Amino acid sequence: MLPAEETGENGMQNSVILIVLLLLTALGYHLGRRRALHSVGGTQAIRHLHSLPSYYGLYVVLWAVIPALLVMLLWGLVQDTVLNELIISTLPPEMQSLPPERLGLLINDIHNLAVGNITSEAPSPAIKAAADHLRSLQAVADLARAVVVLAIATAGALFAWRAISPTMRARNRVESILKGLMVASAMVAILTTIGIVLSVLFESLRFFQKVPVTDFLFGLEWSPQIAIRSDQVGASGAFGAIPLLAGTLLISFIALVVAVPIGLMSAIYLAEYASPRLRAWAKPILEVLAGIPTVVYGFFAALTVAPFIRNLGESVGLDVSSESALAAGLVMGIMIIPFVSSLSDDVINAVPQSLRDASYGLGATQSETIRQVILPAALPGIMGGVLLAASRAIGETMIVVMAAGLSANLTINPLEAVTTVTVQIVTLLVGDQEFDSAKTLAAFALGLLLFLITLSLNIVALRIVRRYREQYE
Amino acid sequence: MSSGNSVSPSFEKVQASLARRYARERRFRAMGLGAILLGLSFVAILFITIIGNGYTAFWQTYIRLPVYLDPQVIDPQGTRDPEVIRQASFRKLVRQPLREMFREVKGRRDKRLLYKLLSDDAPHEVQQRVIDDPSLIGRKVELWLLADDEVDMLVKGHIPRETLLEGRKAKLVGWVDRLQAEGRIEKRFNVPFFTRGDSREPEQAGIAGAAAGSFYTLLVTLLLSFPIGVAAAIYLEEFAPKNRLTDLIEVNINNLAAVPSIVFGLLGLAVFINWFGLPRSAPLVGGLVLTLMTLPTIIIAGRAALKSVPPSIREAALGIGASHMQTVTHHVLPLALPGMLTGAIIGMAQALGETAPLLMIGMVAFIVDIPQGPLDPATVLPVQIYLWADSPERAFVERTSAAIMVLLAFLIAMNALAIVLRRRFERRW
Amino acid sequence: MSLIETTMVGEETAGEAPSVSRPEQPMQEDLGSDFQTVGEVRVDNPAISTTGVQVYYGEKHAIRNVSLDIGKNQVIAMIGPSGCGKSTYLRCLNRMNDTIEGCRVEGEILLDGENIYDKSIDVVALRARVGMVFQKPNPFPKSIYDNIAYGPKIHGLAANRTELDEIVERSLRRAGLWEEVKDRLDAPGTGLSGGQQQRLCIARAIAVEPEVVLMDEPASALDPIATARIEELIDELRENYTIAIVTHSMQQAARVSQRTAYFHMGHLVEVGETTQIFTNPRHKLTEDYITGRFG
Ligand SMILES: Nc1ncnc2c1ncn2[C@@H]1O[C@H](COP(=O)(O)OP(=O)(O)OP(=O)(O)O)[C@@H](O)[C@H]1O
Ligand SMILES: [Mg+2]
Repeated sequence: MLPAEETGENGMQNSVILIVLLLLTALGYHLGRRRALHSVGGTQAIRHLHSLPSYYGLYVVLWAVIPALLVMLLWGLVQDTVLNELIISTLPPEMQSLPPERLGLLINDIHNLAVGNITSEAPSPAIKAAADHLRSLQAVADLARAVVVLAIATAGALFAWRAISPTMRARNRVESILKGLMVASAMVAILTTIGIVLSVLFESLRFFQKVPVTDFLFGLEWSPQIAIRSDQVGASGAFGAIPLLAGTLLISFIALVVAVPIGLMSAIYLAEYASPRLRAWAKPILEVLAGIPTVVYGFFAALTVAPFIRNLGESVGLDVSSESALAAGLVMGIMIIPFVSSLSDDVINAVPQSLRDASYGLGATQSETIRQVILPAALPGIMGGVLLAASRAIGETMIVVMAAGLSANLTINPLEAVTTVTVQIVTLLVGDQEFDSAKTLAAFALGLLLFLITLSLNIVALRIVRRYREQYE
Repeated sequence: MSSGNSVSPSFEKVQASLARRYARERRFRAMGLGAILLGLSFVAILFITIIGNGYTAFWQTYIRLPVYLDPQVIDPQGTRDPEVIRQASFRKLVRQPLREMFREVKGRRDKRLLYKLLSDDAPHEVQQRVIDDPSLIGRKVELWLLADDEVDMLVKGHIPRETLLEGRKAKLVGWVDRLQAEGRIEKRFNVPFFTRGDSREPEQAGIAGAAAGSFYTLLVTLLLSFPIGVAAAIYLEEFAPKNRLTDLIEVNINNLAAVPSIVFGLLGLAVFINWFGLPRSAPLVGGLVLTLMTLPTIIIAGRAALKSVPPSIREAALGIGASHMQTVTHHVLPLALPGMLTGAIIGMAQALGETAPLLMIGMVAFIVDIPQGPLDPATVLPVQIYLWADSPERAFVERTSAAIMVLLAFLIAMNALAIVLRRRFERRW
Repeated sequence: MSLIETTMVGEETAGEAPSVSRPEQPMQEDLGSDFQTVGEVRVDNPAISTTGVQVYYGEKHAIRNVSLDIGKNQVIAMIGPSGCGKSTYLRCLNRMNDTIEGCRVEGEILLDGENIYDKSIDVVALRARVGMVFQKPNPFPKSIYDNIAYGPKIHGLAANRTELDEIVERSLRRAGLWEEVKDRLDAPGTGLSGGQQQRLCIARAIAVEPEVVLMDEPASALDPIATARIEELIDELRENYTIAIVTHSMQQAARVSQRTAYFHMGHLVEVGETTQIFTNPRHKLTEDYITGRFG
């Protein structure tokens, strides 16, 4: 992760630091090796060393690089905040006492001025002075950073280098450092989850200070536009999530109605009936559907499917919205066909051959065996797969953004336009927003809702599938 | 079985049920086959629609005009200095031949319509030509100039003549017909589509900016997610003790793989942009978000690859006194690497097609310049597709489809690479 | 029906008994493709009569020219070392081999005088007449009742629920399981003990009223008591059914069967009265096997 950079100059400074660091490591490696060899008196006595010489080199390298990079990263994260604080403290008192948003804009102006951009209005002398100050501070800070990082790298390398002796267990030390790095990598998964939960939760809590949770969860009306003006306090009634949930469920349901029969039947056909040749062709082609980006499906839905359905409806005298839930659901269904079919395929193949044998041995036809033995046996697994597919459908964004409607409509008529949770998140967050408005925060509350729904679906589904697998292992 | 010598009563019932049962069998089979055919036809329809809509975008309409490169306008002093040429206005020069050719066109509105035959970009094109070859100044040269998108659509037949004839642009049709009859209209390979950034004018819009954005985003993603993913996979598969923590990590990985992508976008917005203060619309942030998204894929594939290395190899290495870490890095990892690479490529393909989370972190801005690094504001191919799909001009439909074709081509290439890699290094034990 | 009687010249196999440590060494080359079975392969009243059966799994020749009759209302035991083709041969008799990809069967297998591999023959109907019980108990993950009722239901053997109930009860009684499960017919079949499960599978097979029941090592997964129970059952079932049983236990073969066939490397080496095979084997390989010298 690189720290926030605003100018190419800064980026260049980063690369200079990194290149010097690289040179340092190369030098460190060489010196570490040499010291290790010298300590036992040359290559002939190499077996007196606890570890291979290269491990001593590596040890020095790790000591040089890791602390230095960590410091560089941390520095990058805090530098802006610290500089801002410094700048604010030098501003005239009447500016310091501005409300946070205004102050933020001011700081922005100062930053822009400092890098030589044009600001929104003609800068006041105080701001100009602050910008100059900022620029000089930045120069100092950047220089300091380079010096500190490189000094730490050198110090680390020196420390490791001096510790080298024939009895030092360099390999073990290097290995435990590497292992530590691996553990850290594995922890990223946990950190991501924590990050998701915290970021969504935090903003949601702020939202729920403005709009009561109950209104959000049980409100039947969704029209966030009303709350655009901050003086409209009474607009809280417009944040009812029910119509969004209903729309999401309607579209997901249509998708499952399309995907489950087609996916399941094709999995059955491919697993039980198809010739190896057909299987070799059809399976990968069906899987292509899973690899197509969702934005392509969205385009397909909006450009082809929706007008098609609309015309079809018109020809039989039905009034179909051009953003009908049916079109979005249908295309979403197509998208999750391979999802259902490959999971079903796994599950069907996991049904032991002995059950098939038993059924065929009794004189059952293939379809009787499939319908009455294999499918009932595979049902839990298939259910798990369907739940996973449902969670996919609920969280799908691009198709609905491009093909479903924007207005919240509480209906179960698939020919009307509905909107979904994901569509609203996108509409609320794309474009300019202030970070404090209920509108923006509502998107995070919706995100929390979405996360919780899909998470619980996933947990249940994964558990079902796992239990199913264990049953036949 | 027809020989009725010793047929039991139950067997007669079996015989009686057969016809019905086989009918049902056939129906079931037909349903299965129908499902497959339906699925396959969806693939076919999808591809046919996209290609059918998009292939024309690879050719663009140009109009050949005799342009007099008037020295009075371009370079009155005769300096031939590029700076001077850059200052000059070429618009008149480009319009002049049109005026001469269609002398009957009078009136401001009609004239303006006439000039709309050419793209806004035509003067710049001519200017560039002259800068490249100043000796052209003072000559009358036949130049192929980029036509306006509406002309392009008309020539390609995407806008039916009738609809245009009814509107206020009816005259346009006649002019284009005449130019065509004179052989002054030609469709040429659409180079700008591949070399330019986005534009409000369809005929000038290209995918180079989005492609560069995608490149930087994926670069960041790959540089972060591959090492982290491989390290995590090695740890979990080779070193991790069976305890609560590793269980927790596993559960997390499995669940993250199924978290909606837009939620990752929210994470990116809240953490990377608002908290860390990283710049909006930057491929760096996009790469960070996509890293978190693709990590589960890479870790899961990496573990599968490690699992497929037979224990005998580990035992052999441990048996000759290698440390656990040496065993893994010297023996297991090289064997598992192709599998891990395959997983990484598939993860990258996923990341390349991802749109929703990038909308959250502001990679939807209208950006004309081609980004030069991971910190420049940028958009990516799928987002570009989304933006174009939203544009009302008919010409953008064609370009959207063409951009989709390019995106799909990349995806197919990546997946093919993954398949080749897998085949190539298929385990030999 | 022609009686084929062949004897082996002792010298041909003398000294060729495979060593104990190399039981998998191919003997078939030595037996030769024109090897003729020792003993009487034909019986007077066959339920199934096979002639010159060859089975291939792709390139692998698993059954070599086997001719054998299976007498009505008799139990015939098939024994032989592992991999000699007993299961393969058994599975030919109701065409279970059809479900294996790449498996090819040649020769003649007559059931009531009709070749079951004939094009006009319906496998479904055939398997209703020739049932099968497998090595590992494989009840469906359904209730006990549904396990038994499955066959009759698909074949349309019961006109109504009462008839179905009767079939279920009768089958369970014949399989000697009724008393143990009559109170929990709705419980899942997979919840029974191994021995009970195997009897459930036998009950399931006979619920369809087959003429022949094929059993592939039906007791190998069971403890001695459950095994004894199954053996008793087989003996009782002989009255109504023809039974062919594959077993690895010579005692079992001796206890339940009237005739015994000894397979070796895809060949049917010897067949005869069970008592004769176990007391007075005529072929060296049979003798080696039953005296426990290999296999
Ligand atoms: N599905 C198959 N594909 C290929 N070869 C097979 C298949 N089934 C069996 N064989 C081979 O055919 C030969 C006979 O197998 P079969 O299962 O009939 O032996 P068996 O006598 O029943 O052995 P066991 O007593 O171990 O059950 C063996 O060599 C086996 O490897
Ligand atoms: Mg067997």
